[in-house]
Amino acid sequence: MSGGGPLLTIRVERAFGPAVEGEAVVSAEGFSPRYDLDRWTGVITKPGHRLEGTSIKDKICFFPTAKGGIAAGWAFHDIKAKGISPMAYVFGVTNPVMVQGAVLAGVPITEGWSEDPGKVLKTGDWVRVDPGRKVVELLRRAA
Amino acid sequence: MELTGEERAMLAGAQGEAVRRALDYQMEVGRFFGAERFVPITNAHMMGDIEVLGDAGLAFLREAQALGARARVPVTTNARCVDFAWADRLGQDPGECAKEREVIAALRAMDVVTADTCINYQTLYQPHLGERVAWGDTGTVIYANSVFGARSNFESGPAALAAALTGRTPEYGFQLDRHRRGRFVVDLSGATLGDLADWGALGKIVGERHQNYYAVPVFTGFRRTPLADELKQLGCALASYGSMGMFHMVGVTPEAPSAEAALGGEAPWESFAVSDADIEAVYRAYPLGDGDCSLVVFSGPQLSLFEVKTLAGLFEGRRLHAGTQVFVTTSNGVRSAAEKLGYLEPLEDAGVAVLEGVCFYILQNLSLLRERNGWRNMISNSAKIVNIIGAHRFRTILRRTADCVEIACTGRLS
Repeated sequence: MSGGGPLLTIRVERAFGPAVEGEAVVSAEGFSPRYDLDRWTGVITKPGHRLEGTSIKDKICFFPTAKGGIAAGWAFHDIKAKGISPMAYVFGVTNPVMVQGAVLAGVPITEGWSEDPGKVLKTGDWVRVDPGRKVVELLRRAA
Repeated sequence: MELTGEERAMLAGAQGEAVRRALDYQMEVGRFFGAERFVPITNAHMMGDIEVLGDAGLAFLREAQALGARARVPVTTNARCVDFAWADRLGQDPGECAKEREVIAALRAMDVVTADTCINYQTLYQPHLGERVAWGDTGTVIYANSVFGARSNFESGPAALAAALTGRTPEYGFQLDRHRRGRFVVDLSGATLGDLADWGALGKIVGERHQNYYAVPVFTGFRRTPLADELKQLGCALASYGSMGMFHMVGVTPEAPSAEAALGGEAPWESFAVSDADIEAVYRAYPLGDGDCSLVVFSGPQLSLFEVKTLAGLFEGRRLHAGTQVFVTTSNGVRSAAEKLGYLEPLEDAGVAVLEGVCFYILQNLSLLRERNGWRNMISNSAKIVNIIGAHRFRTILRRTADCVEIACTGRLS
């Protein structure tokens, strides 16, 4: 990484977990691990989902909303143990299940953003999520 | 968070390691939402089946059991992924079925009532106005908040279990007055809503428009008294498509004596109408693929006794079309009553499989079942299951109840 500060900083309203850095997956559509995800491969398989065919393994996932589903409570823990978990979940609007799941799994999660990542970030960008400082930072653009 | 003396003792391990861990976990979740305190609960309802738990979840339950975890309020289980009477016929994995038995044993050892139903609010426990509970799945929560006026957030399996172990839950979300007021108004004066599937379609329209846990709709203008099964379909669809946790219906639900009261005296974000034409448009929008009719499902949520009775009447004296399979899922209690009352016989004579304690979309090995049976379309009268079975790569089609029966018996889809 080059010197200097982040290229862009997005403030988040609520956050849990340790700071992490990784590749962004930016979704225009909401997310549910039970509705959308193949929980054996980490690939989004729901036909027609705007990320259909995309793996979320080791990614920092940006979702505008949470969809349905009580399952995330166990499912986030399960996919973490299977080694196919994202590094962090960044939600515009989430529901308690996603938070309960991420806390159980020990995976960072945030809710609320000062700027829509869909407008300023792209899949493949390298970002840092720092729940302690309640920020998401763009460190470098996708090649 | 501000803790009571008892809660501080719990965190110090005075009530054992299982309670300490559960409360610590709940505090972490509470902090995220800015909860200021815990509130006591009277009842919990939890999801815990091997399909969603995975080996890691089973290990978590075993560890909790080994630490001496015991429920301190009544806690029941949601639908699971195996009906053991059907596991072999469905070709479910014997290893996973054995693990499902271990899940059940671990839960029972913690004094969890493994009732395995997602309609606990119809069959097991009906909390009163203002009563605080910790429930999941989402259909149970939205019914509790909306129809009973009880208070629950979406509590996932680990959160509901933690609440059962500590007897409390962090006060945030729908535990607080400020999140319970209506946000927008939906006028139903032009909607007939004559079939359960119409209520699901309504939930789809409204849920998709505001995908937000706190977007509480206020329904007005409906011209008759809705039935419990209708509100169940509406709630399940709102929760599924919109991730919504509560709705009001003026003159029907207890916190909505008037639209003004339901809105808490504030202006709504918007008001719009849903009419019969809007409902019809929902049905027309499903692509039919190659017209495959090999799978019709009545599930998600489990059927009430009245729904089973209605289906029995519709299937009476008929036979499924060759090559079509029909699945009904319900609770053990409803299935047992249906058997005693003679409602099962016409279904089974027609060739319908009536499973208990499960929900179709979470069946263990469902993707493999789909491949083995060559199912391409899944036809259902439940808007919820039409939405949520997607990860298993079905093409899904919503149809009215009687139309589903007709499709199942004629093999013709239009």
